[in-house]
Amino acid sequence: MSLVIKDLHANIDETQILKGVNLEIPKGEVHAIMGPNGSGKSTLSKIITGHDDYDVKSGTVTMDGVDLLEMDVDERSREGVFLAFQYPAEVPGVSNANFIRAALQARLPDGEELDAVAYYKNLYSKMDVLEMDRKFTSRAVNEGFSGGEKKRNEILQMMMLEPKYCILDETDSGLDIDALKIVAKGVNAMRSEERGFLVITHYQRLLDYIQPDHVHVMSDGQIVKSGGKDLALELEESGYDFLKEGELANA
Amino acid sequence: MMTTTVPAWFADLQDEARAEYDTHPMPSRRDETWRFGNLKQLDFGGYTPDEGSEIRFSIPELPDGVICVPFEEALEKHSDLVQKYFMRNEPRLGSQKFAALHKANVKNGLFVYVPDNVQVEKPIEVSHVLKGSNKMTFPHTLVVTGKNAQVSVLDRFSSANDDDANICIAVNDLIAGEGSRLTYCAIQELNLVSRMIQINETSVGKDATAKAFTMNSGAQWARNEALSILEGEGAHSDMLSCSIPSGTQQFDQRTFQHHAAPHTNSDLLYKNSLYGNAKTVFSGLILVDEGAHYTDAYQTCRNLMMDDTAEANSMPGLEINADQVKCSHGSTSATISDEEIFYLRARGIPPHKARRLIARGFSAEAVEKLGNEALEDAVLEAVERKFSTL
Repeated sequence: MSLVIKDLHANIDETQILKGVNLEIPKGEVHAIMGPNGSGKSTLSKIITGHDDYDVKSGTVTMDGVDLLEMDVDERSREGVFLAFQYPAEVPGVSNANFIRAALQARLPDGEELDAVAYYKNLYSKMDVLEMDRKFTSRAVNEGFSGGEKKRNEILQMMMLEPKYCILDETDSGLDIDALKIVAKGVNAMRSEERGFLVITHYQRLLDYIQPDHVHVMSDGQIVKSGGKDLALELEESGYDFLKEGELANA
Repeated sequence: MMTTTVPAWFADLQDEARAEYDTHPMPSRRDETWRFGNLKQLDFGGYTPDEGSEIRFSIPELPDGVICVPFEEALEKHSDLVQKYFMRNEPRLGSQKFAALHKANVKNGLFVYVPDNVQVEKPIEVSHVLKGSNKMTFPHTLVVTGKNAQVSVLDRFSSANDDDANICIAVNDLIAGEGSRLTYCAIQELNLVSRMIQINETSVGKDATAKAFTMNSGAQWARNEALSILEGEGAHSDMLSCSIPSGTQQFDQRTFQHHAAPHTNSDLLYKNSLYGNAKTVFSGLILVDEGAHYTDAYQTCRNLMMDDTAEANSMPGLEINADQVKCSHGSTSATISDEEIFYLRARGIPPHKARRLIARGFSAEAVEKLGNEALEDAVLEAVERKFSTL
């Protein structure tokens, strides 16, 4: 049971962004992708989620054997894919509680109503883990939230939706160390044999708190190096310069 | 049916109004107040002024001294009070002729008088159901609050069936006395072959707060004229609306915030969600009189274009003749952004539900400003009823 990306090529307009990405994330594991800006990390996350700005030219993305690329965005989510956005959208007028409730309701069969009491109980307990004030239930989704509040809100949604595979896109950006610890606490609480994680980050810092099983380096639309969690530390020390020097280790 | 004769002053007023209606010219293209308006909708040929509606009252338990009676009963039993407050301001937003027609024909409606220091907690509800074919009806709602009094009134307008074309020309007079809180809410759900003109006139006394909300859901064409006069120092007026026109519905909204005293503030928020080939016109004016210093006046009209075939026209305006005034006006027309839809879909919400959720939230922003749970619920239910037809 895994999320499998095979030889994925994708364009935005006429520009090639992904040039043959291969990656397998088995359930129970946390994989990190690091790499310089513009290497295609965020594009990969958007394509797995189903953003239509990108043209998939070839390759496959399957989740537990099911073809994801054939599905609509919302279908993929209901099937168990979750993206914690780097820049979550603001949705004026829609309260956070109603938003998450609608997302959960969408997972129920037609005619079945979400139990509101149980829902709020669950929501509040998850918010407590993330040290979020109750006022965030009635505030419009992400509207006027600070960077850190938005990221916590992403993790809150992830905890509520209990996806099979979680992709975190630069969740550490814009977070101070305290907020980072809280977010990591939420993610770590979700780690299980039943769930896989793909953590995209520019810096090693996040991986101190969310310890990965595997680290991959992405550059120019490909995974160019893979290793254990120590690879992140190496990159922290030596940077991505090795990519320019062409001393690509075998991925 | 009226079984009593009306007071002499009222009979005279109706005679004058009949004459006024006959002599007052029809609005024309040249009238600023009818710019972008659909004058064809003003052809009332074939319609008879008649008792074309059934009226139902839902009145909560009322404290002593509160008068809450059908309009015709008020004319009989509280003639002096009605005379003092009934349509005392000349309409300024283009419907003088139709206000005269209303005055000449008004038979039913509601009169509410809340004496000084008396608070009515639960809303008083009136339901006007248009019946019969090609009838015109003229419901009147007159609400007066004494010093530090409080009341809320809900007017519902609907049709008995989907096929009978009727015309409703409604007037609501709201007079908020010193320090009082007066909340008025109209929910218009006429059938799609009927037409509506609603003329709202609000006078806000010293330190009083008046809120007037209009929800437009039904009617082939609805014209709303809302005038709020901030007469006393410290007066506050909220003018709110949420409308959801669809198909070929047309809603024409004209507003006037008149600051006639210093330290007054008004806040206007009109929200339209437009579907299909619907069309809206919003024209708003803020007038700050000489001497009405320290006025705060805000005017916002926001249009959410749910389909690119819909059309929204906005004409905000300001006229300021005083100092130390804070005024702003603005109107926006926007579609739901792809980014918002993607975000909701990325959480598993199907596209049509995502759009619905956003449109509902858009309306809710105006509804929440009512600050009255029972009224907010009533409006939100009407919003849901409308959405269920789309």
